Amino acid sequence: MNWYKYASPSAFYPLAGKMIPWFAVSAAILFAVAMYFGFVLAPARAGDQNQVYHIIFIHVAAAWMGMFLYVLMAVYAGIGWAFNARLASMMASSLAITGAIFTLLSLVTGSLWGKPTWGTWWAWDARITSTLILLFLYIGFISLQSAIDDQRRADKAGAVLALVGVINVPIIYFSVQWWNTLHQGATIRLLEKPKMTSPMLIAMLVMLAACWLYSIAVVLIRLRCIILEREQNAAWVTEGAA
Amino acid sequence: MNWSEFFSMGGYGFYVWGSYITALILLGGEVVSLRRRKRALRKRVKRD
Repeated sequence: MNWYKYASPSAFYPLAGKMIPWFAVSAAILFAVAMYFGFVLAPARAGDQNQVYHIIFIHVAAAWMGMFLYVLMAVYAGIGWAFNARLASMMASSLAITGAIFTLLSLVTGSLWGKPTWGTWWAWDARITSTLILLFLYIGFISLQSAIDDQRRADKAGAVLALVGVINVPIIYFSVQWWNTLHQGATIRLLEKPKMTSPMLIAMLVMLAACWLYSIAVVLIRLRCIILEREQNAAWVTEGAA
Repeated sequence: MNWSEFFSMGGYGFYVWGSYITALILLGGEVVSLRRRKRALRKRVKRD
C-alpha cells in the first residue's frame, strides 16, 4: 500500500470519510465508560477532597488535549511550511479550533473547581496564566490565518506563530514544579505510582482516550470541509480564467 | 445510592454538573457547527 498517496487531499478525502464514524462511535462509548467509572465505581470522596473532585476527570483530559493538540498543530504547520505540503497545513488549521475548545474547557472546569476549593474563580497562578496564553496562541493562530487572503502565505504565517508558541507547552507542564503555584502538582506522573485509586485512574485515562477519539473525528470532519473549500476555490479560479 | 444525593454531589452539584454540562455544550456546539458547515458546503458544491 502506498501511503504517500494519501498525502494528496483528493485521495485523503474519501479515506477520512470512511474513518470518521468509527472514531465518533468509539468516542461516545468510551465517554460513557469513563462516566461510569468516574461516578459509579469511584469513591464519593478522594482523600482530603470532597465530591467536587469529580471535575478532575474532564478537567485533566481537557487540559492534556489542549497541550497535545497544540504540539500536533505546530508539527503539522511546520511540515506544511517546510515541505510545502498543503494537506499538512490544512490539518493544522483543523486542529486549531478543537485545541482551542479543549483549552477553554480546561479553564472553565478549573474555575468551577477552584471556586469551592480555593475560594476563587481565578488566580494569576503560573499554570493558569500559561494555559490562558495557550488559548490566546490558538486564537492568534486562527485569526492570523483568517486575516491573510493568500492561503499559502496564511499557512506560513500561522506556522511561524505555532512553532514559536510551542515553548509555552513545556512551561505549562512544568509550571507546577518551577514555581510555587496555587495549582496542585501533577496527579499522574510517568514511572511513579499514581496517587489515586484505580477506578479514578481508569476513569481519567478512559476519558482521555474518549477525548482523543472525539478530537480525531471532529478534526477529520473539519479537515474534509477545509479540503472542499480550498480545492473548490482553486477550481473556480482556473475555470474563471479559462 | 439515592438519586437526589447523587445529583447534589454533597452540595457541590453546581460545580460538578456545571463542568460536565459545559463540556457537553462546547463539544456538542462544535459538532453542530461542523455539521452546518458541511451541509452548507454540500449545497454550494451541488449548485456549481
